[in-house]
Amino acid sequence: MFKDLFSKKRKYATIPSERTQPNKMNDGVMTKCPSCKTIMYSRELKKHHNVCIECNHHFRLTARDRINSLIDVGTFKEFDIGMLSHNPLDFPDYEEKLEKDQQKTGLNEAVVTGAGEMDGYPVIIGVMDPRFRMASMGTVVGEKIKRAIEAAIETKTPFIMFSASGGARMQEGVLSLMQMAKTSVALKKLDEARVPFISFMTHPTTGGVSASFASLGDYNFSEPGALIGFAGRRIIEQTIREELPDDFQTAEFLLDHGQLDGVIDRKNIHKTLVTIIKMHAVDHQGNQGGQSAQ
Amino acid sequence: MTQKLPFEQPVVELQNKIDELKNFTKDKDIDLEDEISYLEGRLQQVESQIYDHLKPWERVQIARHSERPTTYDYIEHLFTDFIELHGDRLFGDDDAIVGGLAYYKGQPVTIIGHQRGRNTKENIQRNFGMPHPEGYRKALRLMKQADKFGRPIICLVDTKGAFPGKAAEERGQSEAIARNLLEMGGFTVPSIGIVIGEGGSGGALALGVCNRMFMLENSTYSVISPEGAAAILWKDASLAQRAAETMKITAPDLSELGVIDGVIREVRGGAHHNVKEQAGYIDGVLDQHLTELMKMSGEQLREQRYDKFSRIGL
Repeated sequence: MFKDLFSKKRKYATIPSERTQPNKMNDGVMTKCPSCKTIMYSRELKKHHNVCIECNHHFRLTARDRINSLIDVGTFKEFDIGMLSHNPLDFPDYEEKLEKDQQKTGLNEAVVTGAGEMDGYPVIIGVMDPRFRMASMGTVVGEKIKRAIEAAIETKTPFIMFSASGGARMQEGVLSLMQMAKTSVALKKLDEARVPFISFMTHPTTGGVSASFASLGDYNFSEPGALIGFAGRRIIEQTIREELPDDFQTAEFLLDHGQLDGVIDRKNIHKTLVTIIKMHAVDHQGNQGGQSAQ
Repeated sequence: MTQKLPFEQPVVELQNKIDELKNFTKDKDIDLEDEISYLEGRLQQVESQIYDHLKPWERVQIARHSERPTTYDYIEHLFTDFIELHGDRLFGDDDAIVGGLAYYKGQPVTIIGHQRGRNTKENIQRNFGMPHPEGYRKALRLMKQADKFGRPIICLVDTKGAFPGKAAEERGQSEAIARNLLEMGGFTVPSIGIVIGEGGSGGALALGVCNRMFMLENSTYSVISPEGAAAILWKDASLAQRAAETMKITAPDLSELGVIDGVIREVRGGAHHNVKEQAGYIDGVLDQHLTELMKMSGEQLREQRYDKFSRIGL
């Protein structure tokens, strides 16, 4: 085509590296806000925590960008990097889909887990990336989260999870369903070890992920406007045959109904997390040496 | 007479023909013994061909049969002195989940199960066995009580799934299910779960984090219904039959995947043909495994449960 001459699209393959992984959701010089349609400089948007300068719309973050925005530079050590999904049910086309998303995202699976520090305080963190199979939970996602929880128990380090997921991964059938049980029973052990779990449900957190670890934080938070729920809006509308309010299943809706501790603007998340973690480093007699002592 | 399913048509036709010939023999006094005995032999062959080689979709139909025995039916046949306990102490009482105290062979137990209706009126009362959060919270209250007083927990799973509705979301359907998964992991009493009909997704799993998990031969357990899977995967709910095969949702499939501890045999053609006989098959398995689990310490029970779920999918 003639117009291809003016296209900037590169024709050769790019090899993603951890350092230079661009934010695919808003590359290019200018970015348009999907909510208020304001067009702004991408660089400025990035400086603004990927939150729209006009309407406070929170753009989706990649797992890497989220970790970089929270964890002290140079302290992040990733767990289980090489863990790859198989096709336990021989589900048609599943391997191809995994491969495609691996190339698209530069990730091996839909969750990144690891240990790092926040203002010098050690944390174990997991972040889901919805670009990879809608961050649905299959056996590898479940296993990585379980291992991160076990690491938190072993080292008595606060556990932070940023969820974002369409739910259980259908291509792994009932094995995906069982990951809900796997992650939840691990959290029972974390609970008994009195290690804090801070859960952030980001856009969107639904289905089997919202009905397991994501809802089980000692502290449950979300970002403005995030979609959080068990059943899909369309299914509910079909079932009850009535229109649902516009804000149904948003973070603010859940806050109103007592399901969240708070809805926190992205720019304040780091500060909130560090404050909570610091408080857990002090015991009831005022001694330093609680869960997250350095 | 039980209601027959489409794939049982050849059996029904042969049976009708045999009945017809028998009546004819009686009324007209003509000896058709040879013909009848030939057809009866043929009937046995056909029954064997159909019932001993059920396809996934046929099992789905049996699991959903309107006359399939429910939790109440099995409570009646397997337990004595059942006292039903109601309410979650927070919002209300959900009739889609029932539970209470009973004796099992002299041992006090807590029994909890999804409860479908057996007719339209009951189904409306019980919301077709699809619980709201208060149902799961009632179940958790009863399970914690069992843990406190040292009673084994027996869960019967039979639901299409947790109810997808506005009120359910407002009251925290996700949290209610998640909380059960977490708390069930910590109990120090034996827990045994049995899928008796449909095991639909998180709504089923919320009663399914047990030391031992069994399925009746013609029950299903899946992350999504075959219709739902077909609608999402191929944008066509009528391909449910194909989805039932692809998704691996039958008892033999789950046994092979290592997700359940065993398959409980069913009365030929399905549990609805003889509830009493079916209860007998369940009784055998329940008795054996409860006896085994009751020899374990609280700590061993917790560790066994943790290891079991920890390993799934590895």
